[in-house]
Amino acid sequence: MSIRDSFRDSQHDALNDRSRGRRIFRRRVLLAALIAVIVFSVLIWRAAFLQVDRHAHFSELAEKNRIRTLVIPPERGRIFDDDGRVVAGNTATFQAQITPEDATDLKHELVILQEVLGLDDDTLHDLRERIRFGRSFDPALVKSDLTRYEMAKLAQLQPWLPGVDIVSSLKRTYPYGHLFAHVVGYVGRINVADLKRINPDLYQGTQYIGKSGIERQYEDVLHGTPGHKEVEVDALGRVVKVLKITPAVPGQDIHLSLDVPLQGIAAAALGSYSGALVAEDPRTGAIKAMVSRPSFDPNLFVDGISRKNYQALLNDPERPLYDRAVTATYPPGSTIKPVMGLAGLQYGLVDPNKKFFAGPYFQIPGDKHHYRDWKKWGHGWVNLDQAITQSCDVYFYDLAYRMGIDRLHEFLTGFGLGEKTGIDLPSESTGLVPSRAWKRKTKGQVWYPGETVIAGIGQGYMLTTVLQLAQTVSILAESGKRQRPWLVKSHELTEPPIKLKNPVFWQDVRHGMLDVVNSAHGTARRIAAPYLIAGKTGTAQVFTVAQNAEYHAKDLAKKLHDHAVFIGFAPYGDPKIAVAVLAEHGGSGSGTTAPMARRVMDYYLGYQPSKTVKPEFVQHGD
Amino acid sequence: MAIKAPRRKFRAHERLDSASGLGERQEWFRVSGRIFGVLGRIRYDPVLLFFLMLIATIGLVAGYSASEQSVIWVEKSAFRFVLAFLLMLLIAQIPQRFFFAVAPWLFVSVVLMLVAVWLVGDVGKGARRWLDLGFIRFQPAEILKIGMPMMLAWFLSKRPLPPRFLDVVLALTLLAVPTVLIVMQPDLGTAILVMMAGLFVLFFAGLSWYYVLGFMAIISAAAPLMWFYVMHDYQKERVLTLFNPMADPLGAGYHTIQSMIAIGSGGIWGKGWLQGTQSHLNFLPEGTTDFILAVYAEEFGLMGLIILFSLYLAVIWRGLYIAAYAESVAGRLLAAAISMTFLVYVFVNAGMVIGILPVVGVPLPLMSYGGTALVTIMIALGMLMSIRTQRSFLGHER
Repeated sequence: MSIRDSFRDSQHDALNDRSRGRRIFRRRVLLAALIAVIVFSVLIWRAAFLQVDRHAHFSELAEKNRIRTLVIPPERGRIFDDDGRVVAGNTATFQAQITPEDATDLKHELVILQEVLGLDDDTLHDLRERIRFGRSFDPALVKSDLTRYEMAKLAQLQPWLPGVDIVSSLKRTYPYGHLFAHVVGYVGRINVADLKRINPDLYQGTQYIGKSGIERQYEDVLHGTPGHKEVEVDALGRVVKVLKITPAVPGQDIHLSLDVPLQGIAAAALGSYSGALVAEDPRTGAIKAMVSRPSFDPNLFVDGISRKNYQALLNDPERPLYDRAVTATYPPGSTIKPVMGLAGLQYGLVDPNKKFFAGPYFQIPGDKHHYRDWKKWGHGWVNLDQAITQSCDVYFYDLAYRMGIDRLHEFLTGFGLGEKTGIDLPSESTGLVPSRAWKRKTKGQVWYPGETVIAGIGQGYMLTTVLQLAQTVSILAESGKRQRPWLVKSHELTEPPIKLKNPVFWQDVRHGMLDVVNSAHGTARRIAAPYLIAGKTGTAQVFTVAQNAEYHAKDLAKKLHDHAVFIGFAPYGDPKIAVAVLAEHGGSGSGTTAPMARRVMDYYLGYQPSKTVKPEFVQHGD
Repeated sequence: MAIKAPRRKFRAHERLDSASGLGERQEWFRVSGRIFGVLGRIRYDPVLLFFLMLIATIGLVAGYSASEQSVIWVEKSAFRFVLAFLLMLLIAQIPQRFFFAVAPWLFVSVVLMLVAVWLVGDVGKGARRWLDLGFIRFQPAEILKIGMPMMLAWFLSKRPLPPRFLDVVLALTLLAVPTVLIVMQPDLGTAILVMMAGLFVLFFAGLSWYYVLGFMAIISAAAPLMWFYVMHDYQKERVLTLFNPMADPLGAGYHTIQSMIAIGSGGIWGKGWLQGTQSHLNFLPEGTTDFILAVYAEEFGLMGLIILFSLYLAVIWRGLYIAAYAESVAGRLLAAAISMTFLVYVFVNAGMVIGILPVVGVPLPLMSYGGTALVTIMIALGMLMSIRTQRSFLGHER
């Protein structure tokens, strides 16, 4: 092997070596190219999975990202009285707000705002925190309920306050304050309990919900239907553009049967007594006045009542939040006697012309207990008319005893007592007409005849609301024709009339009631008016006087005074108004409550010059 | 080993060119070069340049949409692209000999800089990555994305190939030292890219399949260890998020979810240019940078993605082609490694955007708006062009 050969070999080896390296390299490049193809295939396969297979899913998510539905809350319907006066309305309030991203010099602007609006340091600190943690395009509330002066000042300083806006919102207001607090009720912030009874979809964006009274009863009518605004938002939630608007349908206005001046007079008539007065038009069932005293200012509740105010209302011994017209129940006392008289006539237990000797007390045969008359010496010989006129207890003790509790219960229940009248208010009580079944069920005891006796004069277990008394006297005024009492007119109001064996019976009792006011012996004779009032006084016993003791109002603490009751209607020949009034611890019906009813009737029937009624009335305890 | 036989050299050259049909084309460029004078003498690879410019154009179109139709953004971006392309062409004029001459010095100085970063570097976004030289502040690790394949290509080209055991060990040491330094910064993403670039060189150098499989085994085994000892919590979170993005839809999973919604809602044909809701309403973060692919996919759909991916594939294909026909060993190793690194960039970014890889800050070459990464990529592509066009200057395989 020559050197030349070996050189050639080594060259050959080197070439081999190089070509082997190149061969490997080329193979690997091909492999790399293949890998590249595979990698892109994987990417495209994955992209196809997202864009073809799951396209619908991701499209939906993208739309959800993009589109928000905002709610436009409806304007709440207003509430008017019979004569078109606003009893519950919406007033514009103005608030200042600042949009941080629009403010050029936030720090400086806050200093100006503090000075102009008189913000204290805590409020300002709170505002700074809200701005810091809020989104820059979300306006932060600076101050609500701006005064006109503050608004003018802000408007004047507008050039130095970029980003500060004055926006208006509607606030529920009750211009008559205390006067309609119980019957109209109030709205308040929606709480957990409210959420259970409403459709949350309808209440998005709504601040208020009716909490009591008419506001609650007609919540669905007053509230309206919210509108919707479909908007496109960006990732921060900032509205980019509005896509679609469905306007809100405002709530319907409501017209009440109540009359503001009459309500005012009724409230004034009650004066400083705790109690209630209900005036009803017996022909239609329209409630013309419904007052419960003491009262409270419903405006306090609108934006959330302060703890202090709420505690004050709760701790008030007179319980101003308690609706004494429809929720509270009282023994009807002697005002039940006309109905008892009707029952006696109906069951043939009473001859209207036959006299009955009423001594100072009544005794159940074989029992020593004395059921005493209010008149120490008794009334002597009285017929039905006189018994009603003089409110003779013994006459009705005897009648009730002879009637028995079963028939008594049957007749009173037929009159609508012990049942809700069906008025359009949310918190009506049923009252109570006792029966054997009721006593067995609730007390597990048998019925005693003595309990029948006192039921005859509306004492014992019997309980009625003032509204039920007004309804009772309306039925008496209309001689059995019945209209369901109402505040807002609706259709099915007429109820089946009460049919008696002889329609003359009505006249017998009504005449007795006429004599209560218009005869020399009538208990309410001092309210005799130029027009004919028929009525019945009553006292509801708060505590029982011992057998041999006497009732001396003067010696008793006011708390133990009897409740004074009066029911009446006028004019006698063509009844236009029926009134029931109860004054707690008022003493006697004749002295306290009958004049109250008279004042209401006077005004209603036009016997008193109409005076302008101011929105504010003397409040109990003022 | 030097072969001083010009005839043989010429023949080898001719054989290669005639095989690929490049000879005539090269001739045509020479002719056109005379026609256009100095401009014609500029060395570049027209095929590569064509695809790169197409991708850059798509990047500007998508970027205009992603930047909320900002003409200023497009102007700035276009200006950057022009500068970047000029840089690429500038690099393309440098003889590849020069790259390998500076490779060891560059490598040593970068490693020293990494040590300096480790000791005195600036902290940015919770990691110590930056070196402030007073007049310029930069990440030395970024240089290694090119520096590492250059160094290994230079090193291995001096050794007999396929590399022997000792050479492999030496090469791996050269690879490991800076990688560990980068991991310590911590910058796992860059470390992985640098390591991948180095490993590609080894792979193309003809590393025995036993080694290759061995590496894969070691990496699979090391992955759990990395999980427990190397990875930071935020990195683990990103990986976990990948498997269940809905676990934290507003936090860690937000990018992935919004990106997938953008792509998925695009459908086959896309929502149309400037019609993407996800990007225009800012649900998609980083729309002009790391997530520009999602913006593009939302507006141009699957078809747009196929076109774009085809262009990237064409670039990689061309890079591998250049590697396959490069004359010098170092040149072909570098060219192949650059091409595959490019593929890794595209895959990591696209994989992140379409939700098959965790969220890492790797830009999409020529689409994402970003300075450093663009410079790095353009330098690498410039080298690719240099390797392509300057064979005749070197004319030998060393």
